[in-house]
Amino acid sequence: MFDNLSSKFESILNKVRGRGRLTEADVDEVLGEIRAALLDADVNVSVARNVVARIREQAVGAELSKALDPGQQIVKIVNQELTAILGGETLKITYAGKPPTVVLMAGLQGSGKTTSAAKLARWFKSQGRQPLLVGADLQRPAAVEQLRTLGRQIDVPVFSEPGDPVNTATRGLAEARRIGRDVLIVDTAGRLSIDAELMDEIRRISDSVQPNYTFLVIDAMTGQDAVNTAEAFNATLEIDGVILSKLDGDARGGAALSVKEVIGKPIAFAATGEKIDAFEQFHPDRMAGRILGMGDMLTLIEQAEQVFEKEEAEAAAAKMFEGEFTLDDFLEQLQQVKKMGSISSIMGMLPGMPKEMKNAEIGDDQVKVTEAIIRSMTPDERRRPEIINGSRRVRIAKGSGTTVPDVNRLVKQFGEMQKMMKQMGGLAGKKAGKKGKAPKMNPVKMAKAMKQMGAGDLSGLGNLGPPGQPGLPGQKNPGAFPDFRDFR
Amino acid sequence: MDNAPLILLLLVGIVLLFGVGVVIVNRRRTQQPTPVATPPTPRIEAPPEPPVEEHAVEDVTVEEVTVEEVTVEPDVVAPPKKRFAKAAGIFTGAFAGVRAKDKITADTWNDLEETLLRADVGLGVTTSLLENLKTKVDKKEVTEPRGLIEALRADMTAQLSANARELTFDTGVKQPNIWLFVGVNGVGKTTTIGKVAFAQKSRGRDVLLAAGDTFRAAAGEQLETWAGRADVPVVRGSEGGDPSAVIFDAVQSAAARGCNLVLADTAGRLQNKTNLMEELKKVRRVAEKEAGTVTEVLLVIDATTGQNGLSQATQFAEATNVTGVVLTKLDGSAKGGIVFAIETQLGIPVKLVGLGETIEDLVPFDPEEYIRELFDSES
Repeated sequence: MFDNLSSKFESILNKVRGRGRLTEADVDEVLGEIRAALLDADVNVSVARNVVARIREQAVGAELSKALDPGQQIVKIVNQELTAILGGETLKITYAGKPPTVVLMAGLQGSGKTTSAAKLARWFKSQGRQPLLVGADLQRPAAVEQLRTLGRQIDVPVFSEPGDPVNTATRGLAEARRIGRDVLIVDTAGRLSIDAELMDEIRRISDSVQPNYTFLVIDAMTGQDAVNTAEAFNATLEIDGVILSKLDGDARGGAALSVKEVIGKPIAFAATGEKIDAFEQFHPDRMAGRILGMGDMLTLIEQAEQVFEKEEAEAAAAKMFEGEFTLDDFLEQLQQVKKMGSISSIMGMLPGMPKEMKNAEIGDDQVKVTEAIIRSMTPDERRRPEIINGSRRVRIAKGSGTTVPDVNRLVKQFGEMQKMMKQMGGLAGKKAGKKGKAPKMNPVKMAKAMKQMGAGDLSGLGNLGPPGQPGLPGQKNPGAFPDFRDFR
Repeated sequence: MDNAPLILLLLVGIVLLFGVGVVIVNRRRTQQPTPVATPPTPRIEAPPEPPVEEHAVEDVTVEEVTVEEVTVEPDVVAPPKKRFAKAAGIFTGAFAGVRAKDKITADTWNDLEETLLRADVGLGVTTSLLENLKTKVDKKEVTEPRGLIEALRADMTAQLSANARELTFDTGVKQPNIWLFVGVNGVGKTTTIGKVAFAQKSRGRDVLLAAGDTFRAAAGEQLETWAGRADVPVVRGSEGGDPSAVIFDAVQSAAARGCNLVLADTAGRLQNKTNLMEELKKVRRVAEKEAGTVTEVLLVIDATTGQNGLSQATQFAEATNVTGVVLTKLDGSAKGGIVFAIETQLGIPVKLVGLGETIEDLVPFDPEEYIRELFDSES
């Protein structure tokens, strides 16, 4: 289910790697996977078709680069294409010469207009503006009350009065002028794009307040219908930009791509959490990788930074590379990782996780099995798993409700992991030496190198980093990490 | 500070890979006997939730058959037909083109695929549907486009035919019945509760609402408005309070007043937020701690939802033992095709469908009608 494009790529590309040239059939196969990934991400069928066609044109006609192998080249083309669609011109907010600058919020029911209106107000406030919120959603029970509560939280006044939404909006505008607020944000009721009456109503609201910006709020989980909605609203209102809500979920958010492609209006903001400040200007480059299911490293890093103590993490990593990482250390780190979110969502964001991992539906419960086994060991056993003999195994298996082979496997895998980590540490040292950097690389320096290759452009994402350098687990360094696929 | 990020990332990756590695192997090895092969880990895991559904349904039929026969259907709502029809159209137009041809060609398959995908049926289900059809064509069971569409229709109907869709109301269990409403943000949980309250009250049940969404600003007020419309009592807590406590109190209060049905609202939550899903597990646990039995956990899904709907269903089901789906906003232009994947892959039946904003716009899901509307809205 959490299919991962990069792992699919890898298997296709393994076949063609080193050939130096992609045949048309190779390209077809890769493009088929790209299409599937786009569709799984809810990119509109027609949009996906067009995108794939454009990628094909570039891939077939592309001059073969000497620096990249053909696989990397395709990945790069795909990323460039998606980033170009999502990005393009960004929306620069300019303020009306004669205040207030008026912003109109529109969208379907439940897309997140009210919350986004408040978040946007807070954003304007952080830009040194003085917004006024207008509650013109007189349809949904307590929508205005919701806006008032949010307004209190961010210390922004809210204007509303019962009756007619068009009047309320007009009066709100007058109120903003009267009390000297320089930004006016009008929240409206959710409406279906096929509801002619309500679409007419929002057109009248728009006519009466003459917004400088009209934002369409779209739920990141929206499916194929996003395009219909966007087209209908754009035809009625002339949308200036899109606010993508609920992007902190595990939806890949292909709707963003579809909407941008179809109405050609930029995605201005993205809501990335329930907290009122979880609202930011949109990053097209991150979204491209996410839609392709290629992981969202930057988001992951941000999440990791929130839960890990920097020193502890560095110490743990250092231990790891020196082969001194114990099962106790592992348990401790696992607790931190679990704080970052559900295992499957973290997996989804890690680039290059082996396909088996992605496909298996991994719940947090399943990690508990591993935990249970380790917790059933004595402190001594956790420090030195090699002392675990037959009778200890039986005890551990009983204690954890597993079987002896399970325990065996865990011990064996842990041993291999230690060995590989040690190798990785060593490898990093050698490689860096050649490049004329520090002759012996400590983990901290290695991280720097990894950052360079990871956080740069996304061309290496399908294949993190040049060969020979430590990539992420499961990536193309054969032997750099125990391959769980072998333990069937 | 700028070294830390990738160390972290590496740590996370390694820890995770190792953490689940054992399990993956495990799963594969024990796949035959049980689909979800999580070996028992008695020392750590919380005890699994008791499966409520089966025995409850049994009891119902044994109980007072006349009154408690669980069909919400006929008395609830005026003709859904017309409003539903607004939702249709996509299949019709595209299939007309397919039908008009007299041969099955590559274009036919492409048209069918695109049509299904546009309805959010998803690539997995679509591919398996089409492969099934291709087999039929190969065997010459189907030879022309018109027959192909009929075969597709039959297959899709069959996919939705297996599940019992009645809402479980059981007079034989510890009273009151508790129906828990869960889902991601903005799908229409609170609105749905208002409508269900109205329908259930019309059936003569004593309904009480529990305002378990203590997170979203003014969610309680919103529910209160619906309570007023349906003329049922509501129990509220303070904003930001513990939802488990609010629902627990509501259940006690219902028991004291002799209400036999509690509809419990919960805050919208994205299914990948572990702590919020834990909160939901607690809500479910605590709800029936003293009085009351949870007889339905209804996952509310917005018909505009794309492939993420499957992830929602999977993870909410894992956390709360979901017994049914409410598909809302089907009066828009979206088709809610994700329900095929949810029903076939997870076996969770769609029980109710939301078709509009008024209190009567919630009807039992009728698969045949749904399919009919998808396939031939003009007739």
